[in-house]
Amino acid sequence: MILDVILFYGAAIVALASGISVISQRNPINSAFSLIVTMCSLAVMFAMLGSGFIAVLQVVVYAGAIMVLFLFVIMLLNAKQDEGDRAGGIGRAAVFLGIILAVQSVMVVTKGAQTLPEKHAVTVSADVARGLFSSPRFLYAFEATSILILSAMVGAIVVARKEKGK
Amino acid sequence: MENFLGANKDLAIDAFIAVLKIAVIFNALLGLFSLMTYIERRVLGFMQFRRGPNRTGPFGILQPAADGIKLFFKEELMPEGAHKFLFFAAPVVALITAYVSLAVVPYGGPLVLPFYGQVSLFGRPINLQMADLDVGVLFIFAITALGVYGIVFAGYASNSKYALIGGLRSSAQMFSYELALGMSWVSVIMAAGSFRLGDIVAAAERANPWVWFIMQFPAFVIYMIAAAAEVNRTPFDLPEGETELVAGFHVEYSSMKFALLQMAEYINMITVCALASNMFLGGWLSPLPGILPNSPLWFFAKMLFLLFVFIWVRATVPRFRYDQLMDFGWKRLIPAAAIWVVFFSGMTAFFGEKKAPPTTIATTVAPAAGQVSR
Repeated sequence: MILDVILFYGAAIVALASGISVISQRNPINSAFSLIVTMCSLAVMFAMLGSGFIAVLQVVVYAGAIMVLFLFVIMLLNAKQDEGDRAGGIGRAAVFLGIILAVQSVMVVTKGAQTLPEKHAVTVSADVARGLFSSPRFLYAFEATSILILSAMVGAIVVARKEKGK
Repeated sequence: MENFLGANKDLAIDAFIAVLKIAVIFNALLGLFSLMTYIERRVLGFMQFRRGPNRTGPFGILQPAADGIKLFFKEELMPEGAHKFLFFAAPVVALITAYVSLAVVPYGGPLVLPFYGQVSLFGRPINLQMADLDVGVLFIFAITALGVYGIVFAGYASNSKYALIGGLRSSAQMFSYELALGMSWVSVIMAAGSFRLGDIVAAAERANPWVWFIMQFPAFVIYMIAAAAEVNRTPFDLPEGETELVAGFHVEYSSMKFALLQMAEYINMITVCALASNMFLGGWLSPLPGILPNSPLWFFAKMLFLLFVFIWVRATVPRFRYDQLMDFGWKRLIPAAAIWVVFFSGMTAFFGEKKAPPTTIATTVAPAAGQVSR
């Protein structure tokens, strides 16, 4: 359908352009704004694949919660421009990981499934819940993840407290 | 052309109906916004033994129009050193997110007029809702989460310390109260078994709207408090706090950009009231089931009442101090919401209707998921 094509390429172009903008901007606020746009266009992709639940979660968790915290920190520290030390060890590691990722994506495109199955089902949120909770296969992994997140939260508090005590 | 229309006729009709609905709701909201600014000032006036605006037109009813014309002809100012793009983008983001979240709110079931019956267009019954999403409630949550950027960017882009502090306060406040807001929905979603707002109203109808309201009352109270904080209403209007921050995040905005920010704020307020009307008060269901018919008018009456409550609270409750705000959010509201969620899910597990475990779906999902993990 023509509408799908327009939506897909529109979202894809916006995602790519804003993704490039995230790493090329000098002002961290601009990068953060670009990242929000990237997340939202990815959400459009998920919605087009028939998974409205994942699309909404993408916006709530990444574009909403995480990026607000990012922006909060940027504004609190009032980081204006970068200090020009971006080509340090992290820069080299990023190039290395980027090459690996590029090779992987080429392999996915050439060797993996090239098109979506003709009838990909629209997933409603109840299906997601049943898939997660009604078979023990994902239930334990889900619960384990929640404990992991909880321990990470407790860890963050402990680290913050220690710094305060010094 | 004939052929194209033939193939896409369904799509064209759907698109036409959608555009029509958008036009109607867009303009209705515009009208409601300007009316709200008038009502708010009038009601505040009466509550504080003043008169409020009463000079333009009968009872001052033309005051919103006068304000609009005035704002139109004001000079557009941009502070020196402002972030140009974000300074323009902030009001736009604020307004778009405010409008988009109303897309999934149902105003009634299928449109039925008295003396006419079911209204349909091109053989399609008209539902009083723009998009009936499966994840309706979550969608609103997501868009509200994006709405904070309008304020944050406005604060940052203005290059003014008052605006920046307003923006910072706003982001801190919104993600503190978002947690309680989200948790207050859990019991409603649990009782309805769906994120779809239409299903929630249907569940209220099955239970009787009054039983539903009493059952969800603690969640309703938590929701209204968190929602007031989420839309920056008094007593939670610290991002604006005119006595300490002049006007907070919109201090540098003038003319129509200021009007857009103001509009976004009022439309957000309308959204949270519309949502509360659907989730807790039974939406378009009549309060006297069987005696009075269900009608979209009930929905609007409940929504307007909640809007009145917000104005009422503004007239009577003083503003929080910042540390009080954070204390209240994190140490009172979130624990209260968490306790209610645990209590309600416990009650549902013990006394709720027992549903058969969905074995058929479990077997179909598991092999499919197995393929993915390989």
